[in-house]
Amino acid sequence: MSWNAALPLLVLLSSLAPGVLIFAIPESFRRWRTLLNLAGAVLKVALVGVMALGVADGQEFELRFPLLPGMDLALVADPLAMLLVVLSSVLWLVTTVYAVGYLERSPHRRRFFGFFSICVTATVGVAMAGNLLTFLLFYELLTLSTYPLVVHRGTDVARRAGRVYLIYTLTGGTVLFGGIVWLYVLAGTVEFAPRGFVSGLPASEHGSLALIFLILVAGVGVKAALVPLHGWLPRAMVAPAPVSALLHAVAVVKAGVFGIVRIVQNVYGVEFSLDLGLTPPLAVVAAVTIVYGSLRALHQDDLKRRLAFSTVSQVSYIVLGTAVVGPLATVGGLVHLVHQGLMKITLFLCAGNLAETLDIHRISEMNGVARRMPWTMAAFSVAALGMIGLPPLVGFISKWYLGLGGVEAGESWVLAVLVVSGMLNGAYFLPILYAAWFREPPPRWPHDQGSPGRLETSWWLLAPPLTTAFLTLFLGLLASAPFSPLRWVQFVGGLVYEP
Amino acid sequence: MPQPGAALLVVAVLLPVSAAAACFLAPRLARGIAVAVALGLASVVVLLAVELVAHGPLEYRVGGWGAPLGIDLRADGLTLFMLLAAALTGLPITVYGLAYFPASAAAGGFWPLWMLLWGALNALFLSGDAFNLYVTLELMGLSAVVLVALAGSVDALGGAMRYLLMTLTASLIYLLGVGLLYHQTGVLDLNLLGAALQGGAADALQGGAAALGPAWVALGLMCAALLVKSALFPLHFWLPPAHSSAPVPVSAALSGLVVKATVYLLLRLWLDVMPPGKEDLGTALGVLGAAAIVWGSVQALRQSELKLLVAYSTVAQLGYLFLPFAVEAAHAGVAWRGAAYFVLCHALAKTAMFMTVGNLQKLGGSARLGELRHVARQFPVSLAAFGIAGITIIGLPPSGGFLAKWLLLQASIGAGQWWLAVVVLAGGLLSAAYVFRVVGLAFVEDGSESAPARRSSAAEWITLAVALGTLALGFTAPPMLRVLEVGSPFGEPFGGALLWEPGGAP
Repeated sequence: MSWNAALPLLVLLSSLAPGVLIFAIPESFRRWRTLLNLAGAVLKVALVGVMALGVADGQEFELRFPLLPGMDLALVADPLAMLLVVLSSVLWLVTTVYAVGYLERSPHRRRFFGFFSICVTATVGVAMAGNLLTFLLFYELLTLSTYPLVVHRGTDVARRAGRVYLIYTLTGGTVLFGGIVWLYVLAGTVEFAPRGFVSGLPASEHGSLALIFLILVAGVGVKAALVPLHGWLPRAMVAPAPVSALLHAVAVVKAGVFGIVRIVQNVYGVEFSLDLGLTPPLAVVAAVTIVYGSLRALHQDDLKRRLAFSTVSQVSYIVLGTAVVGPLATVGGLVHLVHQGLMKITLFLCAGNLAETLDIHRISEMNGVARRMPWTMAAFSVAALGMIGLPPLVGFISKWYLGLGGVEAGESWVLAVLVVSGMLNGAYFLPILYAAWFREPPPRWPHDQGSPGRLETSWWLLAPPLTTAFLTLFLGLLASAPFSPLRWVQFVGGLVYEP
Repeated sequence: MPQPGAALLVVAVLLPVSAAAACFLAPRLARGIAVAVALGLASVVVLLAVELVAHGPLEYRVGGWGAPLGIDLRADGLTLFMLLAAALTGLPITVYGLAYFPASAAAGGFWPLWMLLWGALNALFLSGDAFNLYVTLELMGLSAVVLVALAGSVDALGGAMRYLLMTLTASLIYLLGVGLLYHQTGVLDLNLLGAALQGGAADALQGGAAALGPAWVALGLMCAALLVKSALFPLHFWLPPAHSSAPVPVSAALSGLVVKATVYLLLRLWLDVMPPGKEDLGTALGVLGAAAIVWGSVQALRQSELKLLVAYSTVAQLGYLFLPFAVEAAHAGVAWRGAAYFVLCHALAKTAMFMTVGNLQKLGGSARLGELRHVARQFPVSLAAFGIAGITIIGLPPSGGFLAKWLLLQASIGAGQWWLAVVVLAGGLLSAAYVFRVVGLAFVEDGSESAPARRSSAAEWITLAVALGTLALGFTAPPMLRVLEVGSPFGEPFGGALLWEPGGAP
């Protein structure tokens, strides 16, 4: 096997192998498990770095293994794949550090870290899938490996959330399965192509193609939390903080959104989707989701639930950018894939810090909390302001391109959606910031767990959100430096339109 | 002049049958003999696969007498698949049996009967003659009945009695059908029967359908008998009590292999013997299969006893094997390939599931779902095995069951038979409901004191290994489906609208 074929496999194995090994070593071997986790995560980032440099250099990384006659398991590191691969491996490293600190005293750590590693493997597999069959394989693997993490606490609430999660995602997966096979019967292939592979089918099949588009998008729309398929996400917040942070803010919803991007760009092709009249309704669904998610977020007192509805809203920016046809909108949507991940993981990690250190779960308990935990709240504030779209943070970059794209495509209503959503973002984030920084704290924190040393909480819990908050600022400032997500996305966006 | 390698066909039958006699005569050696034979049969299947790929279908005329008088043993790709299913599940069942049955003489009854059952299965897969098939059916049915009764409990004896009455009655009906056919055509060999009837169909076009009427009566009797034995809804009444009261290795063999053997026989009749004009029968079988999937799954959801849940799951999963009968002829080949692969995957998965039940019963003291709530988390390996086997049962990737369902779906959608596609997909969701009902138990934290950590037993690791096998089948389909093509059991090769080359650009 050549290096270019082996590398995608190694990238997968760098998280799969530690996951399997973690199941094999006893619960009490804490140091070994931490070592394995961190070694896998660091190795993955290194391998992905090498692969990204290679892809930028024009090299092709591709691995194929036949699963059925005429159909392969295909791992292809194309530029779009690298976007999600880099994002998830960097954030895996960050979250692993965090999870080691977070689960310090809790039971079943072996099970947790084992499935956590498999989840990351599945996400990276979703990213590198070279055809719909491979996509489906990793998409379902993601469902199976997140279920144990959602029910991790084993309480009745957690198990109920797990059941809801399965009902939504397995139904979505089943619908997707049906759609993919139908498309295969019609087109004879399910291999992704830069500008889609179905535009050559006779016009008599266009009706079926439109219906299949609906089925496929509905299937992946469950994980992308498109309204009205979003019901599982707020419930799944019962999972431990690292799960909410990495999986529900990044991996699972991103797998769904990434599916929509693949379907529009690499199955149907952006321009052909528009010709069939498929993208305008999708844009409307995305706009509705953006506004609806923000409206629901306004009324949540539970911090994680507010963040969850915010995720519902923010993730659909990516869908909106994909569904508005034009190079700038595509760039805005895709770059938000990275930017939203950075900001949202910061927010969830900070929420986890509050819960773990002070047992604070509700926004009404957050008065003056910034005096007790200034670093945590500083990170939270940077990410929240980014979400609102304040320059020069990364959220601004996304919204700028989305707005430009809307105007370029002649869909000026996109601007209105962005403005309304920005205001709503402010309406549900700014009161939190105000309460945390300017309200009087209670005389003492009732459930303060204390912290080792002079830090406000354990270093393991503090470093990860600070890192991602820093990136939120840094990547916004250097948005047009080489190798920034924006630059990369401009490169990707160039591939999906006719030159 | 027998073909080189054709002797393997005889070995596949004689080895387990003579081992049965040896186990009976020397009970002390029975365990060793059984393991050796299981390994031997596994190697025979591998050698046979090599032989088939190299030389095409094999035939062995026992004693040099050919059809229509002698006993012919034949093997094509489909036969090999069934032999493989028997070996793949038989080997772990044998090893698990070592752990399950104590070494004492009292528990020795299992080994000779199990060898006999395996021999009967192999003989059934290899026979190509309607009467010999009757003999193998009887042999298989009777050894299975005694194996069920081995458990010795009142439930087991009741289940075995029901099973016995069913299998004897069905065999007699089958024999009646064979007799009628012989009376009309004067032959018993399946190929000759097929030639006679399908040739007769041409005459019937002139002579009116009446000419084939008696043949259809005979075939109808044979089909009915096989349907009862295959426990196709609504003729499944005997299966749950028998499969759930038997000793665990027996349950695994019954659910994994025995019920499928009769489906295999039905398929042979369908493909090789039945004259044209069978579309309505096919649709009826497909509809019953669909009903079985729904009914069996719903019943599985309602059970409070884990072993009954798994048994009803078998009723449901068998339904998938009947769907291809309803697929329009041009696409049926793809569906049958899916069904053949399904047989392998389901056999392994169901074996792992029954083994899980056995582990929980033996180690946890009970397999009632209500009581398992409190103890399930002490058996992570067993529950993991159940979950992994469940992936195949649900039909999720990466597993063999997923690939099988892909082919079934592809055939149904290709033929434009949407109701079949819906049944295949909905069946997956229904099975997810009962699989996760069990798997979810592993995560319960009800505040009760956590029991001291225990070491997982050998039986649990065997169970996990079998379950992992179902995942492995998710990656081995292309070479295995190539072997299935030997002798073209499903007519034209896997092609037509389909592509053979990896990469698959049209």
